[in-house]
Amino acid sequence: MTAVTAGRGGRSLVDLVFRARELSIVAALVLLVAVTTGVNGNFLSGQGVKDIFLNASILVLLAVGQSFVIITKNIDLSVGSVVGLVAFTVGDFLAADHGRGIVFAVILGVAIGAVCGLANGLLVSFGRVPALVVTLGTLYVIQGLDHFIAHGRQINAVDLPPALLSMGNGGVLGIPYLPLIAVLVMVAAGYYLRSYASGRDFYAIGSSPEAARLAGLPVRRRVMTAYLLSGGLAGLAGVLWLARFGTVVADAAGGWELQVVSAVVVGGVAITGGVGSVYGAALGALLLTTITSALVVLKVDPFWQQAITGALLLLAISVDRLLALRVARILRRRNARHGS
Amino acid sequence: MFTSSRRVASAAALVGLLSLGLSACGGGTTKDSTAAQGGGGQTTGSAPASADPNAPIKEGLKIAFLPKQINNPYETIVDKAGIEAAGEYKGEAKEVGPSDASASSQVSYINTLIQQKQDAILIAANDANAVCGPLKQAMSKGIKVVAYDSDAAKDCRNLFINQASSEEIGRSQVKMLSDQIGGKGEIAILSATANATNQNAWIEFMKDELGKPEYKDLKLVKVAYGDDDDQKSFQETQGLLQAYPDLKGIISPTTVGISAASRYISGSKYKGKVAVTGLGTPNQMREYVKNGTVKEFALWNPKDLGYLASFSAAALASGRITGAEGEKFTAGKLGEFTIGKDGEIILGPPFTFNAENIDEFDF
Repeated sequence: MTAVTAGRGGRSLVDLVFRARELSIVAALVLLVAVTTGVNGNFLSGQGVKDIFLNASILVLLAVGQSFVIITKNIDLSVGSVVGLVAFTVGDFLAADHGRGIVFAVILGVAIGAVCGLANGLLVSFGRVPALVVTLGTLYVIQGLDHFIAHGRQINAVDLPPALLSMGNGGVLGIPYLPLIAVLVMVAAGYYLRSYASGRDFYAIGSSPEAARLAGLPVRRRVMTAYLLSGGLAGLAGVLWLARFGTVVADAAGGWELQVVSAVVVGGVAITGGVGSVYGAALGALLLTTITSALVVLKVDPFWQQAITGALLLLAISVDRLLALRVARILRRRNARHGS
Repeated sequence: MFTSSRRVASAAALVGLLSLGLSACGGGTTKDSTAAQGGGGQTTGSAPASADPNAPIKEGLKIAFLPKQINNPYETIVDKAGIEAAGEYKGEAKEVGPSDASASSQVSYINTLIQQKQDAILIAANDANAVCGPLKQAMSKGIKVVAYDSDAAKDCRNLFINQASSEEIGRSQVKMLSDQIGGKGEIAILSATANATNQNAWIEFMKDELGKPEYKDLKLVKVAYGDDDDQKSFQETQGLLQAYPDLKGIISPTTVGISAASRYISGSKYKGKVAVTGLGTPNQMREYVKNGTVKEFALWNPKDLGYLASFSAAALASGRITGAEGEKFTAGKLGEFTIGKDGEIILGPPFTFNAENIDEFDF
């Protein structure tokens, strides 16, 4: 019964710690933007702000999907390949006939992504194969499939319907569509994870898969859902990739899986599962893309960009470890005081 | 990634050791450039040391194209044309290659091609020096090596088929941009990776051209590197425009860079204010030429490049040419070519595309 007595106090404490984490990313972002704007005022001009959010949107979507998977103590490395596959196949599909609707293209993209996610989910949850290996395998399989379909061809902007292209850089009331979509998805996912019982299951599974199973939670189904969401969002990201860049070759988004995992971890989702929020992950994605843009504006050697991303990652992991130890100690002391 | 790159590295090391051993065995007597040409003397009986311009093109020559990476649309066009050309001289051609364009990724493919005893290897080098060891080994086994698109180090190949002289490309890009912006203002270059051989050669000539008095009002403010990655090229373009608010034009001599820069500018407030030019394919640039973002850009005909590369490999493997300066040969429908300094053959001047002529091309 300790879990229940410690519940209220423990939860608010943990909440505070992780809100602090999100706040610290916001602080880092503000500092970064302030310094960059100090050097070059254009960074925060209308166009500049628009660019910052446009640049981050696709990574934010992927990070939200990845958060679900990582919270359940798994990982999805296939997302980069899924984005590439979807961007190319949907591009091919639209190029064949401009009359085909954008809505249908989005549904098709999400469906292709979801199928990839389903394959991952089945292998991980029912095949009981470690997620790292499964998704590394599907990374290559999906990439191979993409290369096979593309066969060295390229999708050009002129082949795409103008409506799709304007989705990539147009907007409503001055707010571009891409960030709008990303924020909507993020808020919906965040609300679900926080306020629904099934949403809390993801955390329980990630904290201790064995305990979750003994408590009667549908572990396999939830893990499956996580991969389905990650795949589906990668599919959506693929369509947006196509809309944004216009020109797509087979290896689009190659290597992005590592950027996504970095964004999620920097955003406070523990790689060991059970901890974190999609808001944090989205902020992590925003921070990483903004760093890249800022370094360009600050005229810093591109070499440093990767080094800084790496350093941030290490910092994030160290902070996580430290916080986890700290929280565990406080909880233990409190439980002892309440006399369990 | 870690294990595979380590495996490639160890393979490269092994090849390096092997070729070291070979050159050590063969060396001692001759150490000049003809050793590379003749291929170690004892090992090759078939390839004659001197050119016989009238030698017939052998039938059934096995040649292989090794592009920077497969699935690169541009290289696919080049290689396809080269493979088709092989049909004209009754050779067997194929394309093999890595799926990533990293420096060492081509090494294992070269080794496989050596084992398959190809007559000629055509390579677009990802890194001028990383492929050098294995290519030397191929030459020592009598395999002819032709570099195209991006050169390998001079002593590691017999010929280099240059799409247009680096000098002409570099200088013409500056002229094109200067004409578009009225010869005045700040300009920037958006390149691919910082160590791409061809990009750097062109950029050197651009800088040299900018030194001329007629371009004294043009100021090159920055060379940015988009790494041939869409997002990175986007962000570099944004950065250039923010860091240099008076920027008048961008030269991007790479297909990924020019389409990313055009795409970004066509959807931003800079459209019509900042000119974009460089090297791109008509299909990918059509949208931006039609919507007015791009006035003019250039490229050679990639099909002709593949065709010429294929024919020159056949001429080499048949002993018509050896790769020495001044030798002449006929490349099918393209006519006669002369080998220039350092074994270089130049396809021709770059071609300029604009709103009037772009619809005549489909590649």
